[in-house]
Amino acid sequence: MSETLYMIGVEVNGKPRAGQVPARLSLVDWLRDELRLTGTHVGCEHGICGACSVMLDGDPVRACLMYAVQANGHRVTTVEGLARPNGSMSVLQDSFCETHGLQCGYCTPGMLIASQALLDSNSNPTEAQIRDAIGGNLCRCTGYQQIVEAVQLAAERMREAK
Amino acid sequence: MKAAPFEYVRAASVGEACELLARHGDTAKVLAGGQSLVPMMAMRLVRPAWLVDINEIAALKFVAIEKDAVRTGACTRQCVVERDPALAVGVPLLAQALAWIGHVQTRNRGTVGGSLAHADPAAELPLVAQVLGARMVLRSGNGARTLEAAEFFAGPMATAARPDECLEEIHWPTWSERRMGSAFTEISIRHGDFAMVAAAAQIALDGGGRCTRAALGLGGVGGTPLAFPKIAARLVGTKLEDGAVQSAAEAAAAASEPGSDLHATADYRRHLARVLAARALRAAHEKARAA
Repeated sequence: MSETLYMIGVEVNGKPRAGQVPARLSLVDWLRDELRLTGTHVGCEHGICGACSVMLDGDPVRACLMYAVQANGHRVTTVEGLARPNGSMSVLQDSFCETHGLQCGYCTPGMLIASQALLDSNSNPTEAQIRDAIGGNLCRCTGYQQIVEAVQLAAERMREAK
Repeated sequence: MKAAPFEYVRAASVGEACELLARHGDTAKVLAGGQSLVPMMAMRLVRPAWLVDINEIAALKFVAIEKDAVRTGACTRQCVVERDPALAVGVPLLAQALAWIGHVQTRNRGTVGGSLAHADPAAELPLVAQVLGARMVLRSGNGARTLEAAEFFAGPMATAARPDECLEEIHWPTWSERRMGSAFTEISIRHGDFAMVAAAAQIALDGGGRCTRAALGLGGVGGTPLAFPKIAARLVGTKLEDGAVQSAAEAAAAASEPGSDLHATADYRRHLARVLAARALRAAHEKARAA
Protein backbone atom coordinates (compact mmCIF):
# COMPACT_ATOMS: atom_id res chain seq x y z
CA MET A 1 0.00 0.00 0.00
CA SER A 2 1.49 3.30 -0.96
CA GLU A 3 0.37 6.69 0.17
CA THR A 4 -0.03 9.64 -2.19
CA LEU A 5 2.92 12.01 -2.07
CA TYR A 6 2.48 15.75 -2.54
CA MET A 7 5.13 18.09 -3.94
CA ILE A 8 5.79 21.07 -1.73
CA GLY A 9 7.99 24.16 -1.94
CA VAL A 10 8.51 26.15 1.25
CA GLU A 11 10.82 29.04 2.06
CA VAL A 12 12.54 27.89 5.25
CA ASN A 13 14.76 30.40 7.05
CA GLY A 14 15.12 32.37 3.84
CA LYS A 15 16.04 29.42 1.63
CA PRO A 16 13.73 27.68 -0.81
CA ARG A 17 13.25 24.02 0.16
CA ALA A 18 11.32 21.36 -1.70
CA GLY A 19 10.01 17.98 -0.76
CA GLN A 20 7.57 15.18 -1.40
CA VAL A 21 5.34 14.46 1.55
CA PRO A 22 2.38 12.31 2.53
CA ALA A 23 -0.56 14.53 3.48
CA ARG A 24 -0.48 13.39 7.10
CA LEU A 25 3.13 14.42 7.73
CA SER A 26 3.13 17.30 10.20
CA LEU A 27 5.13 20.41 9.46
CA VAL A 28 7.35 19.81 12.49
CA ASP A 29 8.16 16.25 11.39
CA TRP A 30 9.08 17.49 7.92
CA LEU A 31 11.35 20.18 9.35
CA ARG A 32 13.07 17.76 11.72
CA ASP A 33 13.15 14.47 9.86
CA GLU A 34 13.46 15.58 6.26
CA LEU A 35 15.25 18.93 6.48
CA ARG A 36 17.21 17.89 9.61
CA LEU A 37 16.34 21.17 11.30
CA THR A 38 16.15 19.58 14.72
CA GLY A 39 16.12 22.85 16.65
CA THR A 40 12.33 22.83 16.66
CA HIS A 41 11.19 20.33 19.29
CA VAL A 42 8.31 17.89 19.33
CA GLY A 43 6.49 17.80 22.63
CA CYS A 44 2.87 16.81 22.99
CA GLU A 45 2.03 16.60 19.27
CA HIS A 46 -1.49 17.90 19.85
CA GLY A 47 -1.12 21.61 20.37
CA ILE A 48 -0.77 21.96 24.12
CA CYS A 49 2.91 22.47 24.93
CA GLY A 50 4.18 24.98 22.34
CA ALA A 51 7.63 23.33 21.96
CA CYS A 52 7.12 23.04 18.19
CA SER A 53 6.33 26.75 17.64
CA VAL A 54 7.64 28.17 14.36
CA MET A 55 6.76 31.33 12.47
CA LEU A 56 4.53 30.95 9.45
CA ASP A 57 4.71 34.06 7.29
CA GLY A 58 6.04 35.86 10.38
CA ASP A 59 3.38 34.75 12.87
CA PRO A 60 4.02 32.10 15.52
CA VAL A 61 2.02 28.90 15.03
CA ARG A 62 2.19 25.34 16.27
CA ALA A 63 4.04 23.17 13.74
CA CYS A 64 2.37 20.01 15.08
CA LEU A 65 -1.07 21.37 14.18
CA MET A 66 -0.23 21.94 10.54
CA TYR A 67 0.48 19.43 7.87
CA ALA A 68 3.65 20.06 5.88
CA VAL A 69 1.60 20.08 2.68
CA GLN A 70 -0.27 23.14 4.01
CA ALA A 71 2.98 25.12 4.20
CA ASN A 72 3.39 24.84 0.42
CA GLY A 73 4.07 28.33 -0.93
CA HIS A 74 4.57 29.85 2.52
CA ARG A 75 7.47 31.18 4.55
CA VAL A 76 8.62 29.34 7.69
CA THR A 77 11.12 30.54 10.29
CA THR A 78 12.48 28.04 12.78
CA VAL A 79 14.73 28.64 15.77
CA GLU A 80 17.71 28.06 13.45
CA GLY A 81 16.57 31.12 11.53
CA LEU A 82 16.82 33.39 14.56
CA ALA A 83 20.65 33.34 14.79
CA ARG A 84 22.68 36.04 13.07
CA PRO A 85 23.86 35.30 9.51
CA ASN A 86 27.36 34.49 10.83
CA GLY A 87 25.91 31.84 13.12
CA SER A 88 26.31 33.74 16.39
CA MET A 89 23.37 34.02 18.76
CA SER A 90 20.71 36.70 18.39
CA VAL A 91 20.14 39.36 21.05
CA LEU A 92 17.20 37.35 22.39
CA GLN A 93 19.16 34.09 22.46
CA ASP A 94 22.04 35.76 24.32
CA SER A 95 19.56 37.16 26.82
CA PHE A 96 18.17 33.68 27.50
CA CYS A 97 21.74 32.48 28.27
CA GLU A 98 22.53 35.40 30.54
CA THR A 99 19.36 35.31 32.64
CA HIS A 100 19.31 31.50 32.84
CA GLY A 101 16.11 31.48 30.86
CA LEU A 102 16.53 27.78 30.24
CA GLN A 103 17.49 24.67 32.11
CA CYS A 104 16.81 21.47 30.17
CA GLY A 105 16.19 23.44 26.97
CA TYR A 106 13.24 21.45 25.72
CA CYS A 107 10.81 24.35 25.62
CA THR A 108 13.45 26.88 24.54
CA PRO A 109 12.98 26.89 20.75
CA GLY A 110 9.26 27.48 21.21
CA MET A 111 9.89 30.15 23.84
CA LEU A 112 12.35 31.89 21.53
CA ILE A 113 9.96 31.87 18.59
CA ALA A 114 7.05 33.13 20.71
CA SER A 115 9.12 35.89 22.30
CA GLN A 116 10.83 36.92 19.07
CA ALA A 117 7.41 37.27 17.44
CA LEU A 118 6.33 39.49 20.33
CA LEU A 119 9.45 41.67 20.05
CA ASP A 120 9.00 41.95 16.28
CA SER A 121 5.69 43.72 16.83
CA ASN A 122 6.25 45.35 20.23
CA SER A 123 9.65 46.77 21.16
CA ASN A 124 8.63 47.65 24.71
CA PRO A 125 6.32 44.93 26.04
CA THR A 126 4.97 44.99 29.57
CA GLU A 127 5.48 41.98 31.80
CA ALA A 128 1.82 41.05 31.29
CA GLN A 129 2.26 41.17 27.50
CA ILE A 130 5.33 38.95 27.75
CA ARG A 131 3.49 36.44 29.91
CA ASP A 132 0.59 36.47 27.48
CA ALA A 133 2.91 35.92 24.50
CA ILE A 134 4.53 32.85 26.10
CA GLY A 135 1.25 31.69 27.68
CA GLY A 136 0.96 28.90 25.14
CA ASN A 137 4.43 27.52 25.87
CA LEU A 138 4.97 25.13 28.76
CA CYS A 139 8.27 25.08 30.68
CA ARG A 140 8.70 22.54 33.45
CA CYS A 141 12.10 23.74 34.74
CA THR A 142 12.55 27.44 35.28
CA GLY A 143 9.15 28.54 36.49
CA TYR A 144 9.03 31.21 33.74
CA GLN A 145 10.49 34.06 35.80
CA GLN A 146 13.90 34.00 34.11
CA ILE A 147 12.29 33.60 30.71
CA VAL A 148 10.32 36.79 31.31
CA GLU A 149 13.54 38.48 32.44
CA ALA A 150 15.30 37.29 29.27
CA VAL A 151 12.64 38.86 27.07
CA GLN A 152 12.77 42.09 29.08
CA LEU A 153 16.56 42.19 28.77
CA ALA A 154 16.40 41.53 25.03
CA ALA A 155 13.77 44.23 24.53
CA GLU A 156 15.94 46.71 26.42
CA ARG A 157 19.02 45.86 24.35
CA MET A 158 17.18 45.96 21.07
CA ARG A 159 15.79 49.41 21.92
CA GLU A 160 19.27 50.67 22.87
CA ALA A 161 20.73 49.34 19.64
CA LYS A 162 18.23 51.34 17.59
CA MET B 1 2.92 10.42 11.61
CA LYS B 2 -0.02 10.09 13.95
CA ALA B 3 -3.08 10.67 11.77
CA ALA B 4 -4.49 7.88 9.64
CA PRO B 5 -3.71 8.28 5.92
CA PHE B 6 -5.89 10.70 3.96
CA GLU B 7 -5.92 12.55 0.66
CA TYR B 8 -5.44 16.31 0.66
CA VAL B 9 -6.93 18.94 -1.64
CA ARG B 10 -6.31 22.63 -1.42
CA ALA B 11 -9.51 24.28 -2.62
CA ALA B 12 -8.99 27.46 -4.64
CA SER B 13 -12.54 28.73 -4.24
CA VAL B 14 -15.68 28.12 -2.20
CA GLY B 15 -17.22 26.61 -5.32
CA GLU B 16 -14.42 24.10 -5.61
CA ALA B 17 -14.64 23.26 -1.92
CA CYS B 18 -18.39 22.60 -2.27
CA GLU B 19 -17.81 20.45 -5.34
CA LEU B 20 -15.23 18.36 -3.45
CA LEU B 21 -17.54 18.02 -0.45
CA ALA B 22 -20.40 16.95 -2.73
CA ARG B 23 -18.17 14.36 -4.39
CA HIS B 24 -16.72 12.84 -1.22
CA GLY B 25 -19.70 13.27 1.12
CA ASP B 26 -19.14 12.42 4.75
CA THR B 27 -15.74 10.85 4.04
CA ALA B 28 -14.41 14.40 3.66
CA LYS B 29 -13.75 17.06 6.28
CA VAL B 30 -13.17 20.77 5.79
CA LEU B 31 -9.77 21.82 7.14
CA ALA B 32 -9.78 25.43 8.36
CA GLY B 33 -7.33 26.46 11.12
CA GLY B 34 -6.94 22.85 12.19
CA GLN B 35 -6.50 23.70 15.86
CA SER B 36 -9.15 21.15 16.89
CA LEU B 37 -9.37 18.88 13.86
CA VAL B 38 -5.64 18.12 13.61
CA PRO B 39 -5.30 16.98 17.26
CA MET B 40 -8.47 14.88 16.88
CA MET B 41 -6.94 13.28 13.80
CA ALA B 42 -3.66 12.73 15.65
CA MET B 43 -5.62 10.83 18.31
CA ARG B 44 -7.55 9.09 15.53
CA LEU B 45 -10.85 10.22 16.99
CA VAL B 46 -11.66 11.20 13.40
CA ARG B 47 -10.31 9.54 10.27
CA PRO B 48 -11.48 11.44 7.19
CA ALA B 49 -10.47 9.95 3.85
CA TRP B 50 -10.25 13.46 2.37
CA LEU B 51 -9.28 16.82 3.77
CA VAL B 52 -10.52 19.85 1.87
CA ASP B 53 -8.21 22.71 2.86
CA ILE B 54 -9.98 26.10 2.69
CA ASN B 55 -7.05 28.11 4.11
CA GLU B 56 -6.03 29.57 0.76
CA ILE B 57 -9.49 30.85 -0.20
CA ALA B 58 -9.13 34.63 0.10
CA ALA B 59 -12.89 35.14 -0.31
CA LEU B 60 -13.47 33.43 3.05
CA LYS B 61 -11.30 35.91 4.93
CA PHE B 62 -12.91 39.26 5.60
CA VAL B 63 -14.56 41.48 8.16
CA ALA B 64 -17.35 43.63 6.73
CA ILE B 65 -19.22 46.20 8.80
CA GLU B 66 -22.85 46.69 7.83
CA LYS B 67 -25.79 48.61 9.24
CA ASP B 68 -27.13 46.08 11.70
CA ALA B 69 -24.55 43.30 11.53
CA VAL B 70 -20.89 42.57 11.13
CA ARG B 71 -20.09 39.84 8.65
CA THR B 72 -16.99 37.71 9.00
CA GLY B 73 -15.73 35.19 6.48
CA ALA B 74 -15.65 31.65 7.86
CA CYS B 75 -11.88 31.36 7.44
CA THR B 76 -11.06 34.70 9.09
CA ARG B 77 -8.34 34.04 11.65
CA GLN B 78 -9.20 34.57 15.30
CA CYS B 79 -6.21 36.92 15.68
CA VAL B 80 -7.68 39.20 12.98
CA VAL B 81 -11.07 39.39 14.70
CA GLU B 82 -9.36 39.96 18.04
CA ARG B 83 -7.56 43.07 16.76
CA ASP B 84 -10.21 44.57 14.45
CA PRO B 85 -11.10 48.00 15.88
CA ALA B 86 -14.45 48.26 14.08
CA LEU B 87 -15.48 44.83 15.36
CA ALA B 88 -14.51 45.84 18.89
CA VAL B 89 -17.12 48.62 18.66
CA GLY B 90 -19.82 46.72 16.77
CA VAL B 91 -19.59 43.32 18.47
CA PRO B 92 -17.43 43.84 21.57
CA LEU B 93 -18.39 40.41 22.90
CA LEU B 94 -16.23 38.78 20.20
CA ALA B 95 -12.94 40.34 21.32
CA GLN B 96 -13.92 39.79 24.95
CA ALA B 97 -14.46 36.07 24.26
CA LEU B 98 -11.31 35.75 22.17
CA ALA B 99 -9.21 36.83 25.14
CA TRP B 100 -10.14 33.47 26.70
CA ILE B 101 -9.41 31.34 23.63
CA GLY B 102 -6.21 29.34 23.42
CA HIS B 103 -2.96 31.21 22.95
CA VAL B 104 -1.25 33.51 20.48
CA GLN B 105 -0.09 30.56 18.35
CA THR B 106 -3.51 28.94 18.17
CA ARG B 107 -5.37 32.22 17.50
CA ASN B 108 -2.95 33.02 14.67
CA ARG B 109 -4.13 29.87 12.94
CA GLY B 110 -7.56 29.16 14.39
CA THR B 111 -10.55 30.56 12.51
CA VAL B 112 -13.92 31.93 13.55
CA GLY B 113 -15.87 29.54 11.34
CA GLY B 114 -13.76 26.56 12.36
CA SER B 115 -14.63 27.06 16.00
CA LEU B 116 -18.35 27.37 15.20
CA ALA B 117 -18.37 24.34 12.89
CA HIS B 118 -16.50 22.29 15.50
CA ALA B 119 -19.35 23.16 17.91
CA ASP B 120 -17.69 22.24 21.18
CA PRO B 121 -20.37 23.03 23.79
CA ALA B 122 -17.71 24.59 26.06
CA ALA B 123 -16.09 26.73 23.36
CA GLU B 124 -16.26 30.51 23.54
CA LEU B 125 -17.23 31.59 20.00
CA PRO B 126 -20.24 29.24 19.76
CA LEU B 127 -21.52 30.82 23.01
CA VAL B 128 -21.14 34.32 21.57
CA ALA B 129 -22.97 33.21 18.41
CA GLN B 130 -25.78 31.69 20.47
CA VAL B 131 -26.16 34.69 22.81
CA LEU B 132 -26.22 37.26 20.01
CA GLY B 133 -28.29 35.10 17.65
CA ALA B 134 -25.63 35.04 14.92
CA ARG B 135 -26.61 33.70 11.51
CA MET B 136 -24.49 31.17 9.62
CA VAL B 137 -24.40 31.11 5.84
CA LEU B 138 -23.87 27.57 4.57
CA ARG B 139 -22.89 27.07 0.95
CA SER B 140 -23.27 23.95 -1.17
CA GLY B 141 -23.44 23.20 -4.88
CA ASN B 142 -27.19 23.90 -4.63
CA GLY B 143 -26.75 27.42 -3.32
CA ALA B 144 -26.65 29.04 0.09
CA ARG B 145 -28.92 28.87 3.10
CA THR B 146 -28.81 30.79 6.35
CA LEU B 147 -29.31 29.24 9.76
CA GLU B 148 -29.84 30.93 13.10
CA ALA B 149 -27.34 29.88 15.76
CA ALA B 150 -30.16 28.13 17.63
CA GLU B 151 -30.78 25.86 14.62
CA PHE B 152 -27.12 25.55 13.65
CA PHE B 153 -25.90 24.03 16.92
CA ALA B 154 -27.39 20.55 17.00
CA GLY B 155 -25.56 18.93 19.91
CA PRO B 156 -22.09 18.26 21.29
CA MET B 157 -19.65 18.65 18.34
CA ALA B 158 -22.61 18.52 15.95
CA THR B 159 -24.17 21.12 13.69
CA ALA B 160 -27.04 21.18 11.22
CA ALA B 161 -24.56 21.59 8.33
CA ARG B 162 -24.85 18.79 5.79
CA PRO B 163 -21.72 16.93 4.63
CA ASP B 164 -21.83 18.79 1.29
CA GLU B 165 -22.03 22.22 2.93
CA CYS B 166 -19.22 24.59 3.76
CA LEU B 167 -19.71 27.37 6.33
CA GLU B 168 -19.12 30.50 4.28
CA GLU B 169 -19.78 33.49 6.50
CA ILE B 170 -21.22 34.52 9.83
CA HIS B 171 -23.47 37.52 10.49
CA TRP B 172 -23.04 38.93 13.98
CA PRO B 173 -25.93 41.26 14.91
CA THR B 174 -24.84 44.66 16.20
CA TRP B 175 -26.90 46.60 18.72
CA SER B 176 -27.56 50.19 17.77
CA GLU B 177 -28.20 51.42 21.34
CA ARG B 178 -25.63 53.98 22.35
CA ARG B 179 -25.49 52.83 25.98
CA MET B 180 -24.56 49.22 25.40
CA GLY B 181 -22.12 46.95 27.22
CA SER B 182 -21.14 43.31 27.13
CA ALA B 183 -18.99 40.92 29.11
CA PHE B 184 -17.59 37.41 28.84
CA THR B 185 -16.23 35.41 31.73
CA GLU B 186 -15.35 31.81 32.43
CA ILE B 187 -13.66 29.34 34.74
CA SER B 188 -11.26 26.85 33.19
CA ILE B 189 -8.55 24.57 34.56
CA ARG B 190 -5.83 26.67 32.91
CA HIS B 191 -6.15 29.93 31.03
CA GLY B 192 -6.64 29.15 27.34
CA ASP B 193 -8.36 25.81 27.95
CA PHE B 194 -11.96 25.11 27.09
CA ALA B 195 -14.25 26.53 29.75
CA MET B 196 -15.58 24.45 32.60
CA VAL B 197 -18.39 26.99 32.55
CA ALA B 198 -18.54 30.25 30.57
CA ALA B 199 -21.04 33.11 30.69
CA ALA B 200 -21.72 35.95 28.25
CA ALA B 201 -24.07 38.90 28.61
CA GLN B 202 -24.99 42.04 26.73
CA ILE B 203 -27.05 44.93 28.11
CA ALA B 204 -28.51 48.15 26.69
CA LEU B 205 -29.75 51.03 28.86
CA ASP B 206 -31.89 54.09 28.26
CA GLY B 207 -30.91 57.58 29.41
CA GLY B 208 -32.40 56.95 32.85
CA GLY B 209 -30.36 53.77 33.38
CA ARG B 210 -33.27 51.41 32.75
CA CYS B 211 -32.52 48.21 30.84
CA THR B 212 -34.03 48.28 27.35
CA ARG B 213 -32.52 45.07 26.01
CA ALA B 214 -30.60 42.14 27.47
CA ALA B 215 -29.00 38.91 26.33
CA LEU B 216 -27.55 36.15 28.49
CA GLY B 217 -26.00 32.76 27.81
CA LEU B 218 -23.94 29.96 29.32
CA GLY B 219 -21.40 27.54 27.85
CA GLY B 220 -20.21 24.19 29.16
CA VAL B 221 -23.51 23.35 30.84
CA GLY B 222 -25.39 21.57 28.06
CA GLY B 223 -25.01 19.77 24.75
CA THR B 224 -24.82 23.12 22.98
CA PRO B 225 -24.09 26.62 24.22
CA LEU B 226 -27.30 27.92 25.80
CA ALA B 227 -28.99 31.31 25.38
CA PHE B 228 -31.77 32.44 27.71
CA PRO B 229 -33.82 35.06 25.84
CA LYS B 230 -36.88 34.73 28.10
CA ILE B 231 -34.87 35.07 31.30
CA ALA B 232 -32.96 38.04 29.83
CA ALA B 233 -36.24 39.67 28.74
CA ARG B 234 -37.35 39.82 32.39
CA LEU B 235 -34.50 42.25 33.01
CA VAL B 236 -35.92 44.75 30.55
CA GLY B 237 -37.52 47.65 32.43
CA THR B 238 -35.49 47.05 35.59
CA LYS B 239 -32.48 49.07 36.64
CA LEU B 240 -30.56 45.81 37.00
CA GLU B 241 -30.69 45.94 40.77
CA ASP B 242 -28.89 43.15 42.62
CA GLY B 243 -32.09 41.21 43.15
CA ALA B 244 -33.03 41.24 39.46
CA VAL B 245 -29.54 40.15 38.40
CA GLN B 246 -29.44 37.39 41.04
CA SER B 247 -32.80 36.01 40.09
CA ALA B 248 -31.89 35.99 36.38
CA ALA B 249 -28.63 34.19 37.16
CA GLU B 250 -30.45 31.65 39.33
CA ALA B 251 -33.05 31.02 36.64
CA ALA B 252 -30.36 30.53 33.99
CA ALA B 253 -28.42 28.11 36.21
CA ALA B 254 -31.61 26.20 36.96
CA ALA B 255 -32.38 25.91 33.23
CA SER B 256 -28.88 24.64 32.41
CA GLU B 257 -28.12 20.93 32.05
CA PRO B 258 -24.54 20.39 33.23
CA GLY B 259 -22.92 16.98 33.34
CA SER B 260 -20.27 15.55 35.67
CA ASP B 261 -16.77 14.55 34.67
CA LEU B 262 -13.40 14.18 36.37
CA HIS B 263 -12.95 17.96 36.49
CA ALA B 264 -16.21 18.96 38.12
CA THR B 265 -19.54 17.62 39.31
CA ALA B 266 -22.82 18.77 37.80
CA ASP B 267 -23.65 20.55 41.07
CA TYR B 268 -20.41 22.49 41.00
CA ARG B 269 -20.97 23.45 37.38
CA ARG B 270 -24.47 24.65 38.19
CA HIS B 271 -23.03 26.70 41.04
CA LEU B 272 -20.49 28.22 38.63
CA ALA B 273 -23.25 28.88 36.11
CA ARG B 274 -25.14 30.99 38.67
CA VAL B 275 -22.06 32.87 39.86
CA LEU B 276 -20.67 33.53 36.38
CA ALA B 277 -24.03 34.53 34.88
CA ALA B 278 -24.40 37.16 37.61
CA ARG B 279 -20.82 38.34 37.10
CA ALA B 280 -21.28 38.67 33.33
CA LEU B 281 -24.54 40.60 33.78
CA ARG B 282 -23.02 42.96 36.34
CA ALA B 283 -19.90 43.57 34.21
CA ALA B 284 -21.99 44.19 31.07
CA HIS B 285 -24.18 46.57 33.09
CA GLU B 286 -21.11 48.48 34.30
CA LYS B 287 -19.85 48.85 30.73
CA ALA B 288 -23.25 50.05 29.51
CA ARG B 289 -23.38 52.61 32.31
CA ALA B 290 -19.94 53.90 31.37
CA ALA B 291 -20.81 54.06 27.66
